[in-house]
Amino acid sequence: MTTAWTPDQPIVGIKDVHKSFGPIEVLKGVSLNVRKGEVVCIIGPSGSGKSTLLRCINALVPINQGSIKVEGQEVHDPALDKLELRKKVGMVFQSYNLFPHKTALENVMMAPIHVLKRPKEEVEAQARGLIKKVRLEGKEDAYPGELSGGQQQRVAIARSLAMNPDIMLFDEVTAALDPETVKEVLVTIRELAEEGMTCMLVTHEMGFAREVGDHIYFTDRGIIVEHGPPATFFTNASDPRTRAFLSQIL
Amino acid sequence: MEGLWDFLRSLHDAYGINLVHFYDTFERTRLLRGMWTTIQLAATCVVLSVLIGIIGAWLQGSRFKILKGFVQGYIQFFRNTPPLVQMYFFYFALGPQMPRIENEYGIAQPMLGSFAWAVISLSFFAGAFNIEIFRSGVEAVQKATVEAADSLGFNRWQIYRLVVLPLAVRVCLPALNNNLVNLIKTTTQAYAIAVPETLYIASQIWSDRINVFEMMVTLLTFYLLLVGIFVWLMTRLERSLRVPGFGQ
Repeated sequence: MTTAWTPDQPIVGIKDVHKSFGPIEVLKGVSLNVRKGEVVCIIGPSGSGKSTLLRCINALVPINQGSIKVEGQEVHDPALDKLELRKKVGMVFQSYNLFPHKTALENVMMAPIHVLKRPKEEVEAQARGLIKKVRLEGKEDAYPGELSGGQQQRVAIARSLAMNPDIMLFDEVTAALDPETVKEVLVTIRELAEEGMTCMLVTHEMGFAREVGDHIYFTDRGIIVEHGPPATFFTNASDPRTRAFLSQIL
Repeated sequence: MEGLWDFLRSLHDAYGINLVHFYDTFERTRLLRGMWTTIQLAATCVVLSVLIGIIGAWLQGSRFKILKGFVQGYIQFFRNTPPLVQMYFFYFALGPQMPRIENEYGIAQPMLGSFAWAVISLSFFAGAFNIEIFRSGVEAVQKATVEAADSLGFNRWQIYRLVVLPLAVRVCLPALNNNLVNLIKTTTQAYAIAVPETLYIASQIWSDRINVFEMMVTLLTFYLLLVGIFVWLMTRLERSLRVPGFGQ
């Protein structure tokens, strides 16, 4: 049914995707490709469909029309093995969404143990490594309620990484944080990007997008208005809507 | 022990306080047996009604309309009819419809006895309320938390078991506590279908020994202690489930 995916093809292929919530059409024909190891940043005004697009990629939200392929597998195929998809795609949310009744370490360990059925000792070793990687050593036994927003968000990143995903989706992950803690989360994401993780970020952090992004997409009212590598995108935006948006932000 | 019984016996002779159900071996034995029956009845119904609550609240979140409708119908029926009538319905209306089985002496007897019918009727009764209680807890769990679990690949049952239910229980424990206390007290209703529980035995003793007042005081004290111990255990459970920074 699906031809084997090879790394020279797009790891995420989005083609003419339409999505409506009731009478409101949020995505009006969006197409974009992401290559393995690429860091793609999606920027744009609120309500332009950025978050919806990310949610469609891991099938949290169904689409009405078009095609989304992750590693060659059509996401909106009714016969899709959602578990297989979610093993490949990790997602981090604006509001962290940690499990409040589990410690930081347990949050990271839960999915590999229950979803992947991996042995506990092995998962624990990996989880401790990930907590260290996001610089939260010593906070293993803290509950989310005892951590700051930035710390919680880093646990959430570690929790996603524990599933060994091929792609990470970041949905405005710094939007709920205060300015001092934004940086610690961005450092973590930058390290991931440098290690070659394929990342898709919806973000309002223009400076960060410019710095880590390989490709910037600007969306407005459900379409991609303009895209390009950061060097040209931020200095030579051609569309008036992009320029208006950038002038407000930068 | 003998000294205590002698003392209680002397109370009868001196002041007319009739505590025969303590110092008389026969009465004491049957009263203790009744109390043990109450404890077994209460414990079984608590466990079953909580299971009904957990499963019912899970089915209410189902995608199948028929299942949801079934659960809704069950709740309406058991919440909106008197528990005593329900027990009569089970024992006197449903009981005789059940197949009879032969006992070891070759005599046909009902498949389920009065104790079993009391367990069924009381568990269904309290279970209907428990579903509503768990549902209120489930609804208090943030959608975003569920979405995160979904995106990590947990299936629906895992999300319910590992994320939604543990959080819901913490929210609804006080309400659950109330309903279970009510359930324990309602076990006395099994008297009506002759389950030899505490109230039933007590009434036999006070008919035989004409010590109504003393039996009543004994009864009330017993239930006060029984429910007191239960509430204490539940408070301990509540405390052990407390999580820093959640629900405070």
